[in-house]
Amino acid sequence: MRACAGLFVLMTLGAAPDLSAVERGQPAPAFEGALLSDGAPARLADLRGKVVYLDFWASWCGPCRQSLPWMEKVRGEFAPAGFEVFAVNVDEDPADGLRFLRRYPVSFPVLGDARGAIAALYDVQDMPSSYLIDRRGAVRHVHRGFNRDDAARLRARIAQLVAEQP
Amino acid sequence: MIARVLLLLAALLAAGCGAAPKAWERGALAAPEMAFEPDPLLSGYRDHVHLSKEQASGGGSAGGGGCGCAN
Repeated sequence: MRACAGLFVLMTLGAAPDLSAVERGQPAPAFEGALLSDGAPARLADLRGKVVYLDFWASWCGPCRQSLPWMEKVRGEFAPAGFEVFAVNVDEDPADGLRFLRRYPVSFPVLGDARGAIAALYDVQDMPSSYLIDRRGAVRHVHRGFNRDDAARLRARIAQLVAEQP
Repeated sequence: MIARVLLLLAALLAAGCGAAPKAWERGALAAPEMAFEPDPLLSGYRDHVHLSKEQASGGGSAGGGGCGCAN
């Protein structure tokens, strides 16, 4: 009886929000995955020393239709100064992500995360979500959602981080 | 015994409520056919037509019109 009651409490507790989301100031959790395009391995750690814009997106996410082309533009602008976009596609069917990329082509690496393992590691709260990581590997800004006003602010933050010397 | 079974059933039921889909698991929910109003413009137009035709009965709402009739 008591065990059952305990089980009941445990199961309802599952509804409470967990507090494991990656926040500003924390080191960006390391992960590795496979590129969506060809399955080649890629690691976040390989980009250490660069400013990284880590973005979680999906083909079904409306604002991502704006954010991906914007990311491509910003990457072209800041890449020479040591900046890279690292995108994680969370589509359950990778084909959906690939179809989206044919429509909105990008030149930065896109990982496939069909099972949501990387998204769970960061405990992503919204789609899209992005994490601005400095040259030392610390999360400096967490951004949820995306609209045109965000774009200008994010660009300013990127410019600021790129200007920082390690 | 019955109480135990009932409690277990309740626990199993509650288990379904425990895990809300995470932000990255909402692909199926975001599909157009899952939308409550797939086409807000069209349904707004239909509401308008319905309202203008069924004015006496209160249009699209359940409150009823001013005439006192039930439907």
